[in-house]
Amino acid sequence: MSTAAAEVEAGSNYINVSYGVKSWLLTLDHKRIALLYLASVTLFFFLGGAYAILIRLELMTPAGDLVQAHTYNKMFTLHGVIMVFFFLIPAIPAVLGNFLVPIMIGAKDLAFPRLNLASWYIYMLGALFTLYVVLRGGVDTGWTFYTPYSSAFSNTYVIVTGLGIFITGFSSILTGLNFIVTIHTMRAPGMTWFRLPLFIWSHYATSIIMVLGTPVLAITLVLLILERTIHIGIFDPTLGGDPILFQHLFWFYSHPAVYIMVLPAMGVTSELVANMSRKSIFGYRFVAFASIAIAVFGFLVWGHHMFVTGQSVYAGMIFSFLSYAVAIPSAVKVFNWTATLYRGSVSWQTPMLYALGFIGLFTIGGMTGLFLAALGVDIHVTDTYFVVAHFHYIMVGGTLMGYLGGLHFWWPKITGRMYPEAWARFAALVVFVGFNLTFFPQFVLGYMGMPRRYHAYPEEFQVLNVMSSAGASILGVGLLIPMAYLIWSMRYGRPAGPNPWMAAGLEWQTSSPPPPENFHVTPVVREEAYTFRKT
Amino acid sequence: MTPWIPFMPERASTFAWRVDALYFYLLGVTIVFSVLIAGLIFYFAVRYRRRVPDEIPEPIEGSLKLEVAWTVIPFLLASSMFVWGASVYFSQYRVPSDVMELYVVGKQWMWKFQHIEGQREINELHVPVGRKVKLTLASEDVIHSFFVPAFRIKHDVVPGRFSTIWFEATKTGQYHLFCAEYCGTNHSGMIGWIHVMEPADYENWLSGGAAEGSMASIGEKIFQDLGCITCHRSDTQGRGPVLAGLFGKQQLLQNGETILADENYLRESILNPRAKVVQGFQPIMPTFQGQVSEEQVLQLIAYIRSIGSLPETEQPLPGAPPSAPSPSGRRTRLQTAPKNR
Repeated sequence: MSTAAAEVEAGSNYINVSYGVKSWLLTLDHKRIALLYLASVTLFFFLGGAYAILIRLELMTPAGDLVQAHTYNKMFTLHGVIMVFFFLIPAIPAVLGNFLVPIMIGAKDLAFPRLNLASWYIYMLGALFTLYVVLRGGVDTGWTFYTPYSSAFSNTYVIVTGLGIFITGFSSILTGLNFIVTIHTMRAPGMTWFRLPLFIWSHYATSIIMVLGTPVLAITLVLLILERTIHIGIFDPTLGGDPILFQHLFWFYSHPAVYIMVLPAMGVTSELVANMSRKSIFGYRFVAFASIAIAVFGFLVWGHHMFVTGQSVYAGMIFSFLSYAVAIPSAVKVFNWTATLYRGSVSWQTPMLYALGFIGLFTIGGMTGLFLAALGVDIHVTDTYFVVAHFHYIMVGGTLMGYLGGLHFWWPKITGRMYPEAWARFAALVVFVGFNLTFFPQFVLGYMGMPRRYHAYPEEFQVLNVMSSAGASILGVGLLIPMAYLIWSMRYGRPAGPNPWMAAGLEWQTSSPPPPENFHVTPVVREEAYTFRKT
Repeated sequence: MTPWIPFMPERASTFAWRVDALYFYLLGVTIVFSVLIAGLIFYFAVRYRRRVPDEIPEPIEGSLKLEVAWTVIPFLLASSMFVWGASVYFSQYRVPSDVMELYVVGKQWMWKFQHIEGQREINELHVPVGRKVKLTLASEDVIHSFFVPAFRIKHDVVPGRFSTIWFEATKTGQYHLFCAEYCGTNHSGMIGWIHVMEPADYENWLSGGAAEGSMASIGEKIFQDLGCITCHRSDTQGRGPVLAGLFGKQQLLQNGETILADENYLRESILNPRAKVVQGFQPIMPTFQGQVSEEQVLQLIAYIRSIGSLPETEQPLPGAPPSAPSPSGRRTRLQTAPKNR
């Protein structure tokens, strides 16, 4: 411990190797770029969260009395746009992935450090477009931009928002490309494919979706912008277009995008479950291939967003069946994580609390996906709060839990210092309770028939809405606590040492924080992933 | 009477129980699995909690048998959900033949209804109990979605085409109608009520209004006002096809294909006439896009359907109103053999 403490104080690491704003803004170190992303996505997370709080305040009462309908519509649109494109999609890959992918495979950096820095600047440029929209008066199409409302009716900043997302998409593509090339070409000697940590497998699967899916979103947004500006008539029925075509194109990216959000969180969970119970992941190869299966099947299920649009009944059946097929690899992962705990040494420290929370909440999110994939039930619950609850269980219960768990687990590696354990456990509990109180009532509301995106609603829905709003305030507090103690710990936290968890993995064999080149000597891998030994 | 279950919407259509039964099946399966997983996690986390800070448990490789079991069992259960879900969906989207027809136009931000007999309503729809009702849905502007939770039905109302959906109400009363697809500023105000009435009350209600006559007779007036009659003459000498008896028949097109002259085809031929021209005619008809509203298109179609539809030719029509009284709709003076079959 004392040598590690000395290293935090004196040794050269990626944080203290150079000083000054320029040394950060022009850095090519993947670890510093990860921290740039950390700051940016945190900012956007709290901005998107502020909209969520306003939405829940409005929905405390049946009447639309806090803000006007037009304002409300802009709030849920910006909540969705910011959370999806500027938090959920980049959060784990661009922060934890950027930091960990090279270290976990024993490399000095990503394959293309300059592209990596460029991806952050591209993200920030897209973010500036979005901030411009926020300041100038917003956009009211919903994050889904359905035509012809977005192309011919909305009088808000659709084009600027679309451009912001279009630009940000390229940062995703570059990150995905960088990961794929890095994982293929820069593994340390002895680091075979089946010795890779599952975090790497899931990021590899994610990268495939980023590289193949994001261009389709870009094309869709360009078509939408052309439709709005020069009326090319591809989506607008009065010009001979087809509004449903937009939905096909949009969901062809945006359904796989759900897996961009959740696959990395699954990777984090695999690491946490293995390391915090000191057990090799049960069925390593099944979990690894499940990630690839999800990435591939994820591209074939977009039509399940459109069961009530009037697409052919038979197309509906095919999409329904494939949606059930894509659920199977996710279920396999859940079973394997559970089995990993068997006869393990299960820690109850914060990262594990988040990991177990992830499994539980992702299970509920996934199970309710089975309701939505059932054609007959989907007719009733689609476009209601049931869907809202379902995807928040996946994205908040899944992605956010994974992100927070990962952030706590690797915080000692990133900063060299421990977070305060008692506070962190308390916050994890508050987040878990607040989350469930916020979103579980929404399943019930949805089945009762409350449509989503409603500014005002009939009185019989009020009790459940008040519960949901109460939960949201608890969740909000639960998310501010980590913000406070993590910042505190950067200065006052206990020095962590290279491996505070007795965890396996190359990242724990180097110092905390790691030196700029990650390892003083290139490591040679001689054993399977998750081989634990006393340190 | 169905038992009241808290936090469940009312059940007021023949679909409601079918959807709920499937819902309860899904609920049962998922609760069993959720409890199983949560229970195991909690049990393992307590039973195998870390007792000594630096203990290293014995590694376990994995088990092919278990992997196969928890791949195959969920797959079989998922397949059962798929089959059941698909069968419910199929019955919801396959409109039966003995239906009463109603027409719905969604526009920002209201629902407009027309009964064949001519009654029009806004944000309120009166229907009889125990009768199959087919709705033809059109949108004047953006995508809306027709959602009646108590009936468990929902269908998007997409501009540029007609959509259809059907239901049979089983219980009198009034039920929420919501727009379920975000459609702009006042989306949450695009709501209304479905009034399900005893058949006798419904007949009473029907006889109360309809100052302007049936949909077909309004359509006939539009047909004359727009000058359609100058080309679409009742004899075979017109520059356009004879419309009498055309509805529900196959039409041979210029490109050699045939198409069923249904509502969607007639709608397209009014708004975009050059898309599918009948063989033997020139593409000379101007578009009426922007000149007629969706409601007027529906009225024109009601008129075209009404002309020359002899009782015996009525059989193949999908969903012709069997008992809907439409006296002005039964016209005989324009009955001429169509030029092209």
